[in-house]
Amino acid sequence: MPTSSSTPWTSAKPPEPGPDDHQRGEGPLVVEYADFECHHCALAHLRLRGLAVTRLFRHFPVNSKHPRARALAHAAEAAGLQGRFWEMHDSLFEDQAHLDDPHLWERAGTLSLDIDRFEADRRSEEVAERVERDFRSGIRAGVTSTPALFVEGRMYSGVPSEQLLSVLLSSPRPLTGKS
Amino acid sequence: MIEPGVPAPDFTLPDQDGNEVSLAALQGQRVVLVFYPADFSPLCTDQLNVYQEVLGELGERGVKMLGVSVDSAWAHKAFQDHLGVSIPLLADFHPKGQVAKAYGVWVDDYGVSARSLVMIGPDGTVEWSYRSSSPLEIPGANLIFDALDERQAA
Repeated sequence: MPTSSSTPWTSAKPPEPGPDDHQRGEGPLVVEYADFECHHCALAHLRLRGLAVTRLFRHFPVNSKHPRARALAHAAEAAGLQGRFWEMHDSLFEDQAHLDDPHLWERAGTLSLDIDRFEADRRSEEVAERVERDFRSGIRAGVTSTPALFVEGRMYSGVPSEQLLSVLLSSPRPLTGKS
Repeated sequence: MIEPGVPAPDFTLPDQDGNEVSLAALQGQRVVLVFYPADFSPLCTDQLNVYQEVLGELGERGVKMLGVSVDSAWAHKAFQDHLGVSIPLLADFHPKGQVAKAYGVWVDDYGVSARSLVMIGPDGTVEWSYRSSSPLEIPGANLIFDALDERQAA
């Protein structure tokens, strides 16, 4: 079982959601810093999936630890430029055994992406800058490992614990509409 | 723990390749010492991997980062290769923990250094220091950048 710990926020300001952040769901806000090659991040995804929360995703690729992390982040952003960020996000986290380029083309095909555009976009400066911006915001927010979740101004490192999940589920904020 | 304003104790320690690294030879440069408990422990791994990602930016801002633990140079070499990081790792191995003791970050009960950061100015004076409240707390790179912003904006 991976470590699951929560640390109170002490050192930095919580990251503010921005207009171009990837967000989905309704309910209390969970800001996730994650890396598509990180197994604990995939587990965190599975635990959060289906919860009545707003998930906001930011890239935190740690290259020296996960050599494919940045390429995968770029692929997700490239899919996002064709409106399929979350589909690629889910696809990557739900099968981390196939992360090489041919697998990405296959995934892009499954998502009916324009492959030529996907290929150009994932190598573009715009996408690289976007991922780097997310990463830097994580560094500035004090992220030191993935996944790191921010809930109500506190940082929780590691796979979300049962305790954190129950905090989320008992949030006093109104949970509206779709899950 | 050593406090800002005092001269940083000089040291000469072997790095992962057995090359001697002395603080005095780095005078004129800003240095960040990263004291950590042990090579190959899971949290240290995360810490150095994340610092590795910001090494370029630190370098551009004139900062030399050095890791320090009580492990031997051989262990450091293997650890560096294992992590894929290029941060020099210094062996505070013999006499064990001598530098950690000089910087006031030695933990006698465990025979390791506490997880701590020390920023030393170009003139060899300690500018900033931080000790984690527990071995489980990894100091974020944001602390280093905050300390740097304060100095470089001044």
